[in-house]
Amino acid sequence: MKRFRGGVHPHSEKVSGGKRIENAVLPPKVIIPLQQHIGAPAQPIVEVGAEVKKGQKIGEAGGFVSSMIHASVSGKVTEISDYLYPNPLGRTSLSVVIESGGEDEWSEDVKPVDDVESLGNQRILDIVREAGIVGMGGATFPTNVKLSIPEGKEIDTIILNGVECEPYMTPDHRIMVEEPEKIVDGLKFIMKITNVSRGYIGIEMNKPDAIQAMQEATKDEPNIQVSPLKVKYPQGWENMLIKAALDREVPPGALPLEVGVVVCNVGTAAAISDAVRLGQPLIERAVSVTGPGITEPKNLRVRIGTPFSDLIEQCGGLKGKTGKVIAGGPMMGFAMFDVNVPVVKGTTNILIFSDKDAEIGESRSCIKCGRCVDVCPVGLMPTMIASLSAKGRFEDTEAYFPLDCKECGCCAYVCPAKIPLVQLIQFAKADIMARQRAARAASK
Amino acid sequence: MEEGRLIVSASPHIRDKGSVSRIMWLVVVSLVPAVIAGTYFFGARALLLVLISIATAVATEAAIQKIMRKKVTISDGSAVVTGMLLAMVISPGVPLWIPIVGSFCAIAIAKSIFGGLGHNVFNPALVGRAILLASFPVAMTTWKFPTGVDSLTGATSLAMVKGGALDKLPSIWSLFIGRVGGSLGETSAIALLIGAAFLMICRIITWHIPISYIGTVAVIVGLSQLFGGQDFGMITIHVLSGGLILGAFFMATDMVTSPLTKKGGVIFGIGAGVITCLIRLLGGYPEGVCYSILLMNAVTPLIDRYVKPRRFGISGQRT
Repeated sequence: MKRFRGGVHPHSEKVSGGKRIENAVLPPKVIIPLQQHIGAPAQPIVEVGAEVKKGQKIGEAGGFVSSMIHASVSGKVTEISDYLYPNPLGRTSLSVVIESGGEDEWSEDVKPVDDVESLGNQRILDIVREAGIVGMGGATFPTNVKLSIPEGKEIDTIILNGVECEPYMTPDHRIMVEEPEKIVDGLKFIMKITNVSRGYIGIEMNKPDAIQAMQEATKDEPNIQVSPLKVKYPQGWENMLIKAALDREVPPGALPLEVGVVVCNVGTAAAISDAVRLGQPLIERAVSVTGPGITEPKNLRVRIGTPFSDLIEQCGGLKGKTGKVIAGGPMMGFAMFDVNVPVVKGTTNILIFSDKDAEIGESRSCIKCGRCVDVCPVGLMPTMIASLSAKGRFEDTEAYFPLDCKECGCCAYVCPAKIPLVQLIQFAKADIMARQRAARAASK
Repeated sequence: MEEGRLIVSASPHIRDKGSVSRIMWLVVVSLVPAVIAGTYFFGARALLLVLISIATAVATEAAIQKIMRKKVTISDGSAVVTGMLLAMVISPGVPLWIPIVGSFCAIAIAKSIFGGLGHNVFNPALVGRAILLASFPVAMTTWKFPTGVDSLTGATSLAMVKGGALDKLPSIWSLFIGRVGGSLGETSAIALLIGAAFLMICRIITWHIPISYIGTVAVIVGLSQLFGGQDFGMITIHVLSGGLILGAFFMATDMVTSPLTKKGGVIFGIGAGVITCLIRLLGGYPEGVCYSILLMNAVTPLIDRYVKPRRFGISGQRT
C-alpha cells in the first residue's frame, strides 16, 4: 500500500455510514440551476408555464465543456430566474423552478436503448452527454468531456474513487454497499469508452462493508481490482488516489491524463450505468445529511433541485442553536447563508454544525511552527504564501507556487495559531489568475 | 424554520486541538525536571532565581502589551518559557537582580520590540543571557558548585579543558546526572533528556535539529582528537557540558527562530554545531552554545527562503 506525504487525520465521524439510503420525500418545488457544473451554463429550452415530465431535458449544454439539465420532477415551470446555488462565493445562477404535480412519471424521451452490447464507444459517450452526467464527487466536471481522450494521450488505467475521505459524509459508502454491481457496470462502460483494460476501485479502510461489497461484485472481473487504502485526508483527492494506487505523481497543473489515468467517482459510474441501461438522465443523487447539529442523520436519495430545508426537516430538523450549514464536508465544504438553497449534481453532503461546533477561535501571529509545511500534501509552504498574501504582496507569493494549492485545508486544520491559511492562499491565487487572464487577453 | 443567522466563513470548518498555549505549556512542563535537578544540586536559591525570572518575564510582557494597547497574551505561556530558560542559563550563584535584568531584556528587547511572539528573529532567553554576559561578566562567570564537589578550581568543565586542567575533570557520571558546576539548568543531562523525550512524544520537537547539532559537535571534536590528542573521551565531555544538551533540545528547537522545514532544521543544527566547535576549540571563550544559536537564528530567514519541500509531481526539485 503506497502512501503520500503529509495529510491529516480528522475524526471520521461517519455516523450515517450504516444507514440505508432512503428516498427523500418528493419535493413540492424544485429549483434547478442551469449552472451546476464546470464550464458554460446550460441554456433553458423551456418557458414559464410549460408542463414538463421527469427526465425531460430543460437545459441545453452551452458549449463543449457544459452539461445538459433535466427536470427532476413532473409539473409546471413557474419561474426561470436567478437563484443561489451551493458555491463559496454566494453566486446565483439562472434556474428553472418547477412546481411538482405529484404524478412523478418519466418523460417519454427516457427509454433504454435496444441492444446495449452493440453500442459503439461514441454512442455510449453521446448517451453520457445527453444524460447530463458530471463528476458526482463534487467537482462536477462534465463526464463525457473527461472521457473524450485527446489525440496522442495514452491511458492505461481507470480508477474509481470510493475513498470519501472527508469526515461525516457517507453517500459513496452507501452506494458501494447497496449498488455495487451498478458501479462495476459503469466502470466497465468507462473502460470500454476509453479502451482501457485495467481498473482500480480505491476505498478507504474505514468502510470494510463497502470494500467487501465491491470485492464481491468484482470477483469475476480479473481486470478490476479493489484497493483498500489507508485512512488519511485528503486521500480522496484524485492525485493522492493515483499516487496511492499506482505510485504515479501528476505534475502540478496537469491532468491525470499525463500519467495515463482517468479517475471517476463511484456515484458517477453508477449514473453512467443508469443512463446506458435504463436511459435515465441525472436527476437525483445520494446525499447524506449529517453533523452534530441535525436531529437524525440520514442518507437520502434526493431529486436535483430539492431545497436543503426540505431535507433538514426530513431528518428531524435542526438540533439546538445552529451555527453553520455546510454544503460538502468540513474540510472543503462551503458554508451557506440560506437553508433554502437547492441540492445540485455535486452536492454530496449537508453538514449541520451548532454554534459551538463552528467555533474556531481567534487567530494570532504565526509562530513558525512549520506544521502547515509538514502536512501539505502538495509540498508547499502555506505560512509563507499566507503571510505575503496578508500584506497584499501577491506577486511575491509566486516563488512558493500558490497555484499548486488544492485548498484541501490540511494546513489551516493543524495551525495552532488558527490562521485562515486557505483563505489567504485563495486571495493570492485569485490575484495571480486574474493577472494571467489579463495578460492572455492583452496578448491576443 | 428556526435557525437564526448562519455563520459563513471559509473552509476548513474544523481544527485539530492544537494551540499556541498548549505548545508553550508543554514546553514549561518539559523543563521542570531540569529545574528540579538544578534545585537539588544547587539549593533552594536556584528555584528562587527561576521564579524571579519567570515573574519578571511575565510582568514585562503584560506591562508592555498594556502600554502598547495590544492584547495581553501572557496566558499562552511563552513568557513563562522565556523566563525559565533565562534562569537555566545563568550561574546559580548570581545576585537576585541578575535574572530581573536578564528577563526584562529578553522580553522587552528580543521579543516585544520585534512585534511579540512569532516576530522575533533571535531566541529571547539567549539574547537576555548575551546582554547579561556582556554587561556583568564577573557575576555571570562566577560559578557555584553542588555540595560534595571539589570547588577549589572554581571553573566549569569546559573552562578546565581550555585551561589544560584535564586531571581535575569530573567523572562522566557526574556530568550526566548534574553533580558539576555550570549554569542552573544545563548541568543535569538526564533531567534534560527526560524533558526532551517528553517533548518528542508530544510532537512539539523532532530529532532533526538536536541530533544534527549534537552530532556535528561530536564529529568535529572527534576529528580534532583524531588529529590531536587522541583522547576520544573528550567527545563525551563536550556533549555533556556547556549547555549543549539544553541548547540543542530546548533553545535551537524554538519554533519561531528556527527553520520551517525539517531539512532546514538539519542545516541549522549543523551550522550551530560548527560554530560551537569553532568557538570552543579555536576561540578564546570556553563555551559556544549561546552565540552559535543566536548566529544561526540570524541565518534562519535565509534558510527558509531557499530550502523548500519537494513539490508533488516534480522529481528531485529542491528550491
